[in-house]
Amino acid sequence: MTTLTSTTPSRYHSLNAFQFALAALAFGLVWTAFNGIDFSIDTILAAGPRVDRLLSQMWPLDFSSFGNLAKQLWITFLMAICGTTMGIIISLPLVLFAAKNLTPHPIVRFAVRGFISFCRTVPDLIWALIFVIVVGLGPVAGALAIMMDSIGFLGKFFSEASEEQDMGPQEACKAMGGTNLDVAMAVVLPSALPSFISDALFATEKAVRASVILGLVGAGGIGIELKVAMDLFQYEKAALIILMIFVLVVCVEQVSNRLRASIIGGN
Amino acid sequence: MGTNGNAVASAPVGNSTGAIPCALEVKNLRLTFPNGFHIFNGIDFSVNEGDKVAIIGRNGAGKSTLLRAALGMIPQSESDGEWLYGQQLHGIRQSARRKLLCQVGFVHQKHNLVPRATALTNVIHGAMVRHRPSCRLWSHVFTASKLRDEAMMWLERVGLGDRAMNNASALSGGQSQRVAIARALMQDPKLVIADEPVASLDPVAGEEIMSLFAELVSEQNATLIFVSHHLSHATSYSDRIIGVRDGRVDLDCLTGEKTLEELGDIYGDDDDDTN
Repeated sequence: MTTLTSTTPSRYHSLNAFQFALAALAFGLVWTAFNGIDFSIDTILAAGPRVDRLLSQMWPLDFSSFGNLAKQLWITFLMAICGTTMGIIISLPLVLFAAKNLTPHPIVRFAVRGFISFCRTVPDLIWALIFVIVVGLGPVAGALAIMMDSIGFLGKFFSEASEEQDMGPQEACKAMGGTNLDVAMAVVLPSALPSFISDALFATEKAVRASVILGLVGAGGIGIELKVAMDLFQYEKAALIILMIFVLVVCVEQVSNRLRASIIGGN
Repeated sequence: MGTNGNAVASAPVGNSTGAIPCALEVKNLRLTFPNGFHIFNGIDFSVNEGDKVAIIGRNGAGKSTLLRAALGMIPQSESDGEWLYGQQLHGIRQSARRKLLCQVGFVHQKHNLVPRATALTNVIHGAMVRHRPSCRLWSHVFTASKLRDEAMMWLERVGLGDRAMNNASALSGGQSQRVAIARALMQDPKLVIADEPVASLDPVAGEEIMSLFAELVSEQNATLIFVSHHLSHATSYSDRIIGVRDGRVDLDCLTGEKTLEELGDIYGDDDDDTN
């Protein structure tokens, strides 16, 4: 056996003061969180019988207004598609200013990044409330809310996908006299396209889920039907709506997953 | 750094007297990295129009950096002047320098092709230098027939006419380098700079590519500067060899003046590096 000339490193190393303080802080935060909301196992256990009662009230499903619900679900889906499409169309040019490797100036990048962050940090429900006031009740307000949310999501992910691309071809393009726009369109876009499509599909899935909720504040779609059914204790109808939403979300996710797999697989 | 940090081997073919026009010339090039390391401490360097120059030297000797700095591509570098075909590169606006550099075709060790674009599109990108606006050159789909035909001609010249519609990512290393050569020549460059163009290829493919490359550059009457670790390539495809060691020009001779063994000394230990 060969004699080691250096010491084998130990498996563990002790925390330094900063790491210890950080760990203590994290633990304290979690503890405060559970205490702050009066979380207790008793509350969860007491909910058992109520869940049982609710489920029994939800069955059998009420199919009497299935046609109208299907139409509202279709509108919900279209609202998501419209909002995401507008989000994609606006996000793509923003990448030219927000991505580090494409921006004409750091100040421009800072400003555009700020706008994208703003779109992302304001919750879609708040956007929906604003657009309901601005354009009135209905799916257009919902689509606009989804658009703002998609800009926040896609602007960030498109920019990051652009920044992750190999710099070699980009420098080669610049060396051949290419402008920033040439680099973006001839080099970055084809290279990052699979990521862009994958992100856009995620945004669509997210938008479909969000579009259901937006109806609660009057932004169109099936959400308002769900709210009314719950408010009127029509749990059989509410259960059907939940089931329909579930089927829609699962279908969109499945199609999205298959498309993503084929794109990432390079087909 | 050697005993003479500012060592300058007078260029046997190069000159600044005007007898033969200079393709590339730099005077008193100085470069200090942010960590304080002085890589160049006053290098003079010139390459005449029509020359075929090989630059040899150990890894980290400063070969590639010398070329990039000479072309004003390293912002931290300083000099008393950098000229490309007689036009000053130093102290001019970025856009003006970019315009001047369009006369230079680059072939890199890593081919730097757009992986998800076809070989044809990659070659067409080389014409961006000559065509404004260049939006029709983003993809071969939008490009004018004349340019498509020209790009196909170059692909055929590098033996890849039948792979025009293959994505660059589907090509082998040798094929990719051929496309990179076709792209550089599509620029119609006056000066071609190749930085270890065959370093990532096996010896047979490397020989083939280097031979094809030198032949095509000669046909175009372009000036060639290439960095290589292959002394056989340096002696076969150049008419002047420059050896770089520790950031200085340690050797500058016409091809054939030195034996392979003498050229190999550039890779030896620095015997006078005492300070």
